Amino acid sequence: MSRAYEKVQAARARGRTTGQKYIREIFTDFIELHGDRRFADDPAVLAGIARLRGVPVTVIALEKGVDTKEKVRRNFGAPNPEGYRKALRLMKQAEKFKRPIVCFVDTAGAFCGIGAEERGQGQAIAENIGEMMSLKVPVISIVIGEGGSGGALALAVANQVWMLENSIYSVISPEGCASILWSDAKRVKEAADCLKLTAVDMEALGVVERVFPEKRSSEEVFQMIEDALYTTITELSEKTSEQLTNERYDRFRKFGAI
Amino acid sequence: MKLDGLFKKSKNELENGGRTKKVLVETSSEIKRTCPRCELESPVSDLWENLNVCTCGYHFRMNARQRIDFIADTGSFSELYGELSSTDILEFPGYDKKLKNAKLACRENEAVICGSAKIGGQPCYIFIMEPYFMMGSMGTVVGEKITRTFELATEKSMPVVGYTVSGGARMQEGILSLMQMAKVSGAVKRHSEAGNFYLTILTDPTTGGVTASFAMQGDVIMAEPGATVGFAGARVIEQTIRKKLPTGFQRAEFLMEHGFVDLISPRAEQKQTISELLSIHEGGSCL
Repeated sequence: MSRAYEKVQAARARGRTTGQKYIREIFTDFIELHGDRRFADDPAVLAGIARLRGVPVTVIALEKGVDTKEKVRRNFGAPNPEGYRKALRLMKQAEKFKRPIVCFVDTAGAFCGIGAEERGQGQAIAENIGEMMSLKVPVISIVIGEGGSGGALALAVANQVWMLENSIYSVISPEGCASILWSDAKRVKEAADCLKLTAVDMEALGVVERVFPEKRSSEEVFQMIEDALYTTITELSEKTSEQLTNERYDRFRKFGAI
Repeated sequence: MKLDGLFKKSKNELENGGRTKKVLVETSSEIKRTCPRCELESPVSDLWENLNVCTCGYHFRMNARQRIDFIADTGSFSELYGELSSTDILEFPGYDKKLKNAKLACRENEAVICGSAKIGGQPCYIFIMEPYFMMGSMGTVVGEKITRTFELATEKSMPVVGYTVSGGARMQEGILSLMQMAKVSGAVKRHSEAGNFYLTILTDPTTGGVTASFAMQGDVIMAEPGATVGFAGARVIEQTIRKKLPTGFQRAEFLMEHGFVDLISPRAEQKQTISELLSIHEGGSCL
């Protein structure tokens, strides 16, 4: 059994904790805010304002849903362009009110559909990535389940990116990779190994700063994340907006620099 | 049959501004290509004279050197970062061989060519993606070359003109390919914030991670007629929604109809349009 594929299965496992639970356990006073002010409200993106130990923050989660009914309503966590545009609206709002931003990433990828293309899925993701680069407030993104390609990156252009031990982050799904490379979706385990998509791989490649172990109780995991968020946000909040944007630029500039 | 020089022109001749039409006619007179739209068979040399456009208006794919040759003023192109070449950083099975084959097939080191040029007298930096190098896929070197081009253009306060053609991020470089979307976007953003002009020309096909980053970040976005442009591949969408896609879906005209492309420009008009756009962006009159 491929170890990487075990992680893929764990990241997708039924019953895995989703964003809404993290928001409930880590923050207080969460108020959900809806809509992109352009087209619709995308339930695959759960976002709003909250407090982290009293500090106002903006929280955005890619939310797959818990039971079947909710999963369908939330499109299994696959956002449409309006989801990314809602996220961007709230990030710009956070910038205006000088609130740090925390993103929880858990998606197989941005939704592939006719409407999504008509409304500019590519443009929406491109805009988020570009705009996140220049946000004047601290941004922290945590991959809590699946980090599926551009649809995940659209919420992960952050000052620090963290991951849970059993989450994955990948340029393409192992299924997609196997079917494109070998025209054989059954070679998915091999593809998972080749893609180097585990949290351990991400840490080795410098793509994430921190990996949270999941061996302990979920309460302990929430506590660890809360502590880490509070400490890091306190540190980052002392930096000037110029330092924050420069550090974010440099963070991504180094990947594949020759 | 001599195939040398059929799809490729030598770098040196190009950089010297020399044209090799005569040679092309001689070597390619027997070869014909069939237009997938009108089924007309045209000799390759005739097509080339017409910038690889069929008489019916169908735009065949074009390699990056050919594009530079018709876009850049004669002798004005000077290549940058041409020596950069990908390595198999993740030890991905078969990648080394694919890279070797791609280099042999199109005699380029990577899937993008960058440099400085003049277009209709207007100086600018350009990046032109190469469809025949692993379908223009974006790995770390493609990301690095385009990033450097934007950084240099920002430093010199110069516009950037970019031709995109790409299957998306290069999966053989895993997550590091995905990171290039953020890396390039950061450089585009800085270039933009400094008040510089960025023009993208979307060509067939522009998809995936390139669409979802720098292809869609231009101040003005042009597209070639009929070009397929989208985020998800048509096959993936069909499998997801289990429906046939409507005719014209994800074509340049479809994108313009939905507000994601500023103008559609046939190849023969592109140079003139680009030059006018560069000229008008030289400076506004307001304080």
